Amino acid sequence: MAEAARPAFFRKKTPPPSDYRPAGVSASRRRGRRFVVRLWSVRHSRALEWIYAHVADLFLKLHPFWKLVGYSRAEAPVKFVERQVKGFLFDCRMCGQCALSSTGMSCPMNCPKQLRNGPCGGVRANGNCEVEPDMPCVWVKAWEGSRAMRGGDAIFAVQKPVDQSLRETSSWLRVTAEAAARRERGDVAGAS
Amino acid sequence: MTHTPVQRDENPLGVHLPLDPLPGHTSRGRLERVLRRGEFAVTTELNPPDSADPEDVYERASIFDGWVDGINAVDASGANCHMSSVGICALLTRIGYAPILQIACRDKNRIAIQGDVLGAAAMGVANILCLTGDGVQAGDQPGAKPVFDLDCMSLLETIRTMRDEARFLSGRKLTTPPQLFLGGAINPFAPPFDFRPHRLAKKIAAGAQFVQSQYCFDVPMFREYMRRVRDMGLTEKCFILCGVGPLASARTAKWMRANVPGVHIPDHVIARLEGAQDQKAEGKRLCIDIINEVKEIPGVAGIHVMAYRQEEYVAEIVHDSGVLKGRKPWRKEPNLANEAAVARLEGHATPSDRTPHDLAGAAAGDGH
Repeated sequence: MAEAARPAFFRKKTPPPSDYRPAGVSASRRRGRRFVVRLWSVRHSRALEWIYAHVADLFLKLHPFWKLVGYSRAEAPVKFVERQVKGFLFDCRMCGQCALSSTGMSCPMNCPKQLRNGPCGGVRANGNCEVEPDMPCVWVKAWEGSRAMRGGDAIFAVQKPVDQSLRETSSWLRVTAEAAARRERGDVAGAS
Repeated sequence: MTHTPVQRDENPLGVHLPLDPLPGHTSRGRLERVLRRGEFAVTTELNPPDSADPEDVYERASIFDGWVDGINAVDASGANCHMSSVGICALLTRIGYAPILQIACRDKNRIAIQGDVLGAAAMGVANILCLTGDGVQAGDQPGAKPVFDLDCMSLLETIRTMRDEARFLSGRKLTTPPQLFLGGAINPFAPPFDFRPHRLAKKIAAGAQFVQSQYCFDVPMFREYMRRVRDMGLTEKCFILCGVGPLASARTAKWMRANVPGVHIPDHVIARLEGAQDQKAEGKRLCIDIINEVKEIPGVAGIHVMAYRQEEYVAEIVHDSGVLKGRKPWRKEPNLANEAAVARLEGHATPSDRTPHDLAGAAAGDGH
């Protein structure tokens, strides 16, 4: 919109144009990305939920092996695989406390505000992000993905704030170790 | 001392005394009392000054005198830098207004926020509104670092834990928990529409006792949202205040629609403004018409009037819409912090008459 058409009190200074305009950068100065794979994952949230449940089971069965090797020694290779797989499928940011099962297989850390509990009020009428106008809102997609999942109602639970000290750690190993600890305590109800 | 209260929310022993806590109330504030009594509440927003002059705040608050039950102290709304909401609340509580402290997660991490909550409660703030906050790209300083350590939901839960369990997020105990009425924001006008009522349910589960909505210009959409919220039984657990406001002109409306995140203005509203001779007056009439429609929707507990740069019209809008039904919200709210400060200045509040210097000297063992 032309500068003159704005009401005076909303007028904002725009930086003077220069010859250098970096490629692949969106209006909000973040690296422009394609969201094809991420959106595919949301469309196939049901299948991914099934696959994850089995992988998690396998990991839990491997608990004696992880203990034998040592969780700390297993961390580096597992983290590498986790980063590659989840990075490709979900644009994972390695927050270390994966919430994908509660967010319709749409990674909430890709939200520019990193919201873990649902969409903010700024979602555009076309369902795109307030901050990055080209990106479909992570939470609009999360809602769609969750509707296809068996355990999709997990989206209604209030999530705790992100523990920043767990960044760049393996969520898979943590979940496995916690599930194993619960199993040893005989807490069957919480083992799912 | 005998004193006949002229207002309902007044201590019968004297205007200057704080209100007694009521059973089932989590704050000592009047906003909670008004809402729980079932009266139609009116709140508004103070336009935060770009100055260090307290008079600017007092002046801007005084035009709401006797017309509103609460004044929102906005926390850099739209990511534009202004006087801080904590600072505004400090000034407003000092002269007895009932501010609603807004906290946006954009600018502060959990350490700063929890400290601010305690500080605000100590100054006499009884209401806190928890927000995520607009992205920094919307404001005057797009180069700022967006914090977003908590989100509005975990912020609500954090403050509720501080209030009800008297501990920080870390589990460390508080010696005196804050007494607060907690609020959140809703935007029924943004996708995903199916999820929006569930999001309100989540906010209530996290601790929201009242919510204020984004600008409502599309009444049928709001009515539909309210119907679903009622069906879920949420109106019994939470007070819903509908956000309204006058549009200055069709041009402003178009600009807001395009540039202010989360504002939805239907075409017929803009057409109505464009067709009017005096667009400003028509914007005000439109606002009053919307109030008259939304106040009839079951479950709407009040309105939140956002008249940015048109604050002088708030009184007129509230008066002409008749939502107060003759009730006159009382202005001066007694403040424990002020009483304590005055008592200290006059020198009869300290249990011992030894100065801190004497005490420090005694502790150091110099025999005073």
